[in-house]
Amino acid sequence: MSDAQTLARPSAVMERQKRAIMRRNLFYVALVVVGLVAPFVAYPVFLMKVLCFALFACAFNLLLGYAGLLSFGHAAFLATGGYITGYLLASYPGLTPEIGIMAGTLVATALGALFGILAIRRQGIYFAMVTLALAQLVYFVFVQAPFTGGEDGLHGVPRGELLGFISLSNNLAMYYFVFAVFLFGFALIQRTVHSPYGQVLKAIRENEPRAVSLGYNTDMYKLVAFVISAALAGLAGSTKTVVFQLASLTDAHWHMSGEVILMTLLGGVGTLLGPIMGAGIVVSLQHVLSQSPLGNWVSVILGIIFVICVLSFRSGIVGEIARMYNKNFK
Amino acid sequence: MSADEALASRMVLETRGLTKEFRGFTAVDDVNLQVQDGHIHALIGPNGAGKTTVFNLLTKFLPPTRGEILYRGKSITRLKSNEIARMGIIRSFQISAVFAHMTALENVRVALQRNLGTSFHFWKSEKSLDHLNERALALLDEVGLRDYADILTVEMPYGRKRALEVATTLALEPDLMLLDEPTQGMGAEDVDRIVELIKRVSKGRTVLMVEHNLSVVSRLCDRITVLARGAVLAEGDYDNVSCNPLVREAYMGSEAAEEEGAQA
Repeated sequence: MSDAQTLARPSAVMERQKRAIMRRNLFYVALVVVGLVAPFVAYPVFLMKVLCFALFACAFNLLLGYAGLLSFGHAAFLATGGYITGYLLASYPGLTPEIGIMAGTLVATALGALFGILAIRRQGIYFAMVTLALAQLVYFVFVQAPFTGGEDGLHGVPRGELLGFISLSNNLAMYYFVFAVFLFGFALIQRTVHSPYGQVLKAIRENEPRAVSLGYNTDMYKLVAFVISAALAGLAGSTKTVVFQLASLTDAHWHMSGEVILMTLLGGVGTLLGPIMGAGIVVSLQHVLSQSPLGNWVSVILGIIFVICVLSFRSGIVGEIARMYNKNFK
Repeated sequence: MSADEALASRMVLETRGLTKEFRGFTAVDDVNLQVQDGHIHALIGPNGAGKTTVFNLLTKFLPPTRGEILYRGKSITRLKSNEIARMGIIRSFQISAVFAHMTALENVRVALQRNLGTSFHFWKSEKSLDHLNERALALLDEVGLRDYADILTVEMPYGRKRALEVATTLALEPDLMLLDEPTQGMGAEDVDRIVELIKRVSKGRTVLMVEHNLSVVSRLCDRITVLARGAVLAEGDYDNVSCNPLVREAYMGSEAAEEEGAQA
C-alpha cells in the first residue's frame, strides 16, 4: 500500500463512520415519530405494556449483550420496583407518581447492588444460578410480606397527577409519560454502551483475563453494569405498576426472568433495538393468543418460537436483519 | 553499598522459595528466580516442568502456597493481577489475547484509556477517547499494523493478532513484560517477525518469557532458567545451559544421555 493511500484511509473511514452515525440518528428520529403517533393508531394501554417490557428487555440486554452476564433473576428487580411504587402510591395519597417511580427504582437499584456483590464473582452458569436463587428468595419475601397483598397482589394503585397537575388517568397523557420514561432508559443504555466505560465493558466481555492483565478491576466494571441494569429493570416495573394500577406476584415469578431472556434472544442479543423488537413480538403474541381459541397454549407456542429462534437464527431478528443489510448494502 | 545490595538493586523480579502445591502434588518446588534489569530472561523446561504454573504465580493468576515474590525489592506476593498491572508488570497469554470484536485501534485504546481515570464514566461519550487515537495509531505503526487500524481483530491473521497484543501491552509502557510462549502455534515466518519485534520493544525494559522454541531462546535471551519437575535445574546463558548434561538429559530423556556417554 502506498503512502498516499495510507494517509487517505483514516479520513475515508471517518467519512464512512460519520455517514453511518447520521443514518443511525435519522433512524432514531423516525422511531421517535412512530412512537409519538402510535397511540392514535393502536390501543395506548397495549402500547404502554410493550414499552414497559421493552425497557425491561433493554435493561436485561445491557447485562447479557454488553457485559456477557446471564442473569436469571431479573424478575426480582421488575417486581421490587413495582411493589415499592405500588405500596407508596396506594398508602400515601399525597405522593405524585414520579416520586413513587423514583423510590421504586431506587430500591431496585439497591437490591441490584446487593445481588451484584453476591453474584459477580461467579461465572457463567454459576452466576445465573446465584441470581436465580436470590430472585426466588425475593419472590417468597413478596409472598409473605404484609405490604404486598400476598397472592392477591396490590390493586387499585392510583395513577395520580404527574408533578401534581397532569392527570395520568387519561390514557394518552399516561402513554406519553411512559414513552418519555422509555426514551430516557433507552438513551441511558445507548450512552453507556458508547462510553469510555462501555469500551472497557466490551473488552471484559471479549477477554476478561486480558482486561485484568491490562490493570482493570473487572469485577467492579461488571458490578456497575449489573446495578445499571437492575435500576432500569426497576424503573420498568415501577412504571408498569402506575400504568396498570397493580403489582402482582407474576412479575416476581421466575417465569418473568425467563420471558425477558426470550424477548432479548428473539429480538437479538447485543443489539440496541433487538430487545424492543423482541418485547413487541412476545407481548403482541400473548395479547393475540390469549383472545384466540389457542389461549391455553401461549406458553407452548412461545416455547416453540424460542426453540426455532435458538436453532436457526441465533443473532435474533434484528441481528439477522443487520447481517443481511451489511452483506447487501456495504 | 555492599556487593549484595548492589546486586539486589539490579533485580527487577525475584522469587524466594516459591512453592505451589495442588492437593499434595508439588507443581513448583522452592524456586528462587532472579531477573536482572534490562535482561530478556527465559524460563524453559520439558513438558510438565511447572513453567506455566510459575508464570501464573508471577502474574498472580494463582496464589502461591509458600514463598515470596518481590518486584524491585517490594513484596507483591499478596497483590491481585490488576494491581501488579498498574505497577508496570504486564503479561501476555499463550493463545493470542485480543479483544476480537473490537477494531485494532480500539484494542490499543482500551489500554491507553486506563490512565485517563474516566473508565467508569458511563455517561460520557466515546468521543472523549478520540484524542488517544493518535497515540494508538503510533503504537500500531510501531508493530507494523497501521493499515489494520479499522479492521475488526477477529478478521486478522494469527501472527498479526500477536503483534497487536504487543502494541496493546506497549500502550501501558510496562517496566516488566511477562510473555507466555510468544511464538506458540506460529509458522516460521511469523516466528521471525515476533522475535524481531520482541528484540525491538525490549529496549529499556525487562522481559521474562516462557518459551518452547529453543532457537528463539538462543537468539533472544540473556539468561535462561531451566525448570524440571517444578524445581530449578540449571541457570546461565544459552551456551552454558545448552552444554549442561543435566539439561540435556531432562530434555532428551535418558537415551540421549546414554548416547552422549557412548560417544565420550
